[in-house]
Amino acid sequence: MLLSIRSLSKAFPGTKALDAVDFDLEAGEVHALLGENGAGKSTLIKCLTGAYRRDAGEIWLDGAQISPESTSQAQDLGIGTVYQEVNLLPNLTVAQNLTFGREPRRFGMIDGRAQTRMAEEMLRGYGLEIDVSRDLGFYSVAVQQVVAIARAVALSGKVLILDEPTASLDAAEVRMLFDVVRGLRDKGLGIVFVSHFLDQVFEICDRLTVLRNGRKITTERVAELNRLQLIEHMLGRELEDVTEHGAAKGSGDDQAQSRAEILHFEKIGRPGLVEPFDLSVREGEVIGLAGLLGSGRTESAELLFGVRSPATGSARDAEGAVAHGTPREAIRSGFGFAPEDRKTDGIIADLSVRENIILALQARRGWTRPIPRAEQNRLAQKYIDRLDIRTSDAEKAIGDLSGGNQQKVVLARWLAMNPRFLILDEPTRGIDVGAHAEILRLIRELTEAGMSVLVISSEFDELVAASDRIIVLRDRRHVRELTGSEVAADEIVRAIAGRPAEPATTMEATR
Amino acid sequence: MKRALRRVLPQIVTLAILMALTSVFFPQFLAVDYQGGRLSGPVVDVLKRGAPVALLAVGMTLVIATRGIDLSVGTVMAITGAAGAWAIASGWGVGPALLLALATGLVCGLWNGCLVAIIGIQPIVATLILMTSGRGIAQLITEGRILTFNDPAFSWLGSGSLAAVPVPIFIWVLTAIAFAALMRRTALGLLVEAIGINRSASALAGINAKVLLIAVYMASGLCAALAGIIATADIRGADANNAGLWLELDAILAVVIGGNSLLGGRFSIAASVLGAMIIQTIDTGILLSGFPSEYNLVIKAGLVLTVLVVQSPNMARHWFLLRRRAQRLREPAPVEGSAPR
Repeated sequence: MLLSIRSLSKAFPGTKALDAVDFDLEAGEVHALLGENGAGKSTLIKCLTGAYRRDAGEIWLDGAQISPESTSQAQDLGIGTVYQEVNLLPNLTVAQNLTFGREPRRFGMIDGRAQTRMAEEMLRGYGLEIDVSRDLGFYSVAVQQVVAIARAVALSGKVLILDEPTASLDAAEVRMLFDVVRGLRDKGLGIVFVSHFLDQVFEICDRLTVLRNGRKITTERVAELNRLQLIEHMLGRELEDVTEHGAAKGSGDDQAQSRAEILHFEKIGRPGLVEPFDLSVREGEVIGLAGLLGSGRTESAELLFGVRSPATGSARDAEGAVAHGTPREAIRSGFGFAPEDRKTDGIIADLSVRENIILALQARRGWTRPIPRAEQNRLAQKYIDRLDIRTSDAEKAIGDLSGGNQQKVVLARWLAMNPRFLILDEPTRGIDVGAHAEILRLIRELTEAGMSVLVISSEFDELVAASDRIIVLRDRRHVRELTGSEVAADEIVRAIAGRPAEPATTMEATR
Repeated sequence: MKRALRRVLPQIVTLAILMALTSVFFPQFLAVDYQGGRLSGPVVDVLKRGAPVALLAVGMTLVIATRGIDLSVGTVMAITGAAGAWAIASGWGVGPALLLALATGLVCGLWNGCLVAIIGIQPIVATLILMTSGRGIAQLITEGRILTFNDPAFSWLGSGSLAAVPVPIFIWVLTAIAFAALMRRTALGLLVEAIGINRSASALAGINAKVLLIAVYMASGLCAALAGIIATADIRGADANNAGLWLELDAILAVVIGGNSLLGGRFSIAASVLGAMIIQTIDTGILLSGFPSEYNLVIKAGLVLTVLVVQSPNMARHWFLLRRRAQRLREPAPVEGSAPR
């Protein structure tokens, strides 16, 4: 065994990030480390690379116990790491980056020619035909990744940790990177591969370990595991349980089909974010967006609302083209968006509840036409009553409210605009159970009044309960649409796994 | 209205205490004379001399409310003053000269605003560029010397008086009122505060943060231009090297003494101009009190420090506790369940 970790634990105030985790890495294997957000992947890696000190447990490398206290110490021991964001210096040349810290010297001065030779030597076998005297920043992220790998391998040489190396690469670049990884594996390195892209895990990895809530769930050979089993491990649900849940659904399907289409998005996409997808929005329906972390759920919503402008595609309604390239355009077109990260993108913490509620309305009216104070008070009171926002009064700063009440205020901001298409990204995350149910009920009420709502949630049960149909995303693609009786948690899990019987194709709208 | 008054109360109290303190050392501080058709006296002098910093503080308040800072305002005073003086000296007449000076200020603000809002440079760095290079621009306009002129109408803006009151006082008071009204009578104040507190959430709510940011830096440039006009008109000449030198720091200090957070958000223009008057009262007071001039800066630093410590949020808790204790002393046997205040 090249590297073995025994009952590693690490706690942070309030959470146990790692709870007696075991992990083994053999020489000459690519071992995937998988898990949803907060599963403990990054904590484990940081303990390995010396960024964190472990609380308990042992790390053995090549038969000797180690406890790295810094990344450079871990590097000297033989553990090298390459992060998603390449942590090299783009304004230095490739050669300087590769030899940084151990430049060949001659009479006390850096020997430029020897440096170039050394760099070319280091890159040999990686299949890169690049000029090492050029600035690193000149090359693509993929090339920079390979350079970072070459440096890490040269410095460390035993264990290579790749932390989401493919997150910003396109398909061809991923192939190139994988060739490099296979080459290193064949040379006998142990490689830890962290990724959200399950396809890639199945393509390149020999074994995988799944973490969930700080515990090791399982270690399996990739060849002996199918997607469905893997996703069950990651999400931690027994399929039998969820099947029952789904059974209740199914009626009202005909009704959903007969509703009028109010918006149609065609081929909305942006390279590296989400592959082009179609979406048709009908009056008064709830569309659910399901997928694993990193599958492109939030990115889809951001493209629809213009938070990031789509590179391709268009939107239209009964009257013609609909502009949604920026949030301002999207709002003018009658869209609303309550983002996932309430604290950074939703609330204006120091402003009062009243001001937070009227903000979007005021922004649309323009600064020259302030909403009269009496009208502001009326609006604020109306939504405080309607959504049951618990606050001592409308003038309290929103930052002082609880998470659930903050979320309700953000919802109120959009309801005051009376949008036709409201996008809610994780509307129930981090709020208490009571508020949770109220928000789900509110979504129902809104759709009954004719509003169309797109809900993103990692809670599949919640999604199933709320949605008329569900779009499933995998690896930044919209892969399936579930309607009618298919709207069930086990179907979502199957779709994410990519059920073999049903080839995963890019979803072709809803017609 | 009551709320607005409560907001500026600490500044008013501070100003009153400082005036009382100065009166102890210089009993005639509060005396106001009427001579030759104009008011004079130390208080009038404070109001007049404080004009540039008060004007800069108006614009600076808005910039700081967006979580920015404008280090270039002192330099913009020099540039706009030079532009105005050049126009007068070239025979443009007062009206066109004023327009040129104000337009120059707006262009300077536009430059800062674009660097911050469009290119995304941090405000302190973006405005530092103009702060350092701008004096060179001013020197080019004045051709490296003090550009003097003799135009009674222009210099009236700096040293003349209207209805017995020095003109600079009118300019800064009216500017402060105009900007405060513009912010609070329209929705601009709310939108500026929103982008200062959370720019990303504001953009998602449909606020045009870029345009607002540029507008705010242009407002700061406009205020600096007014200050530059007053300074130039006062000495009847443009001094590229010394006009407005270090005044950006006094302006920032005025905003801070006005209780506005450097982290952006809620702002009060009235409190900032009171802050400017507090600084000017300290400056004038030290001079009048007859301390040897080498003590001036040290005493000023001590007084500013005291003002800031007394106003700091951490001290507010102590004041509250002190007040409660005093209350208890006054009512030896508090009734069970009575409100603390």
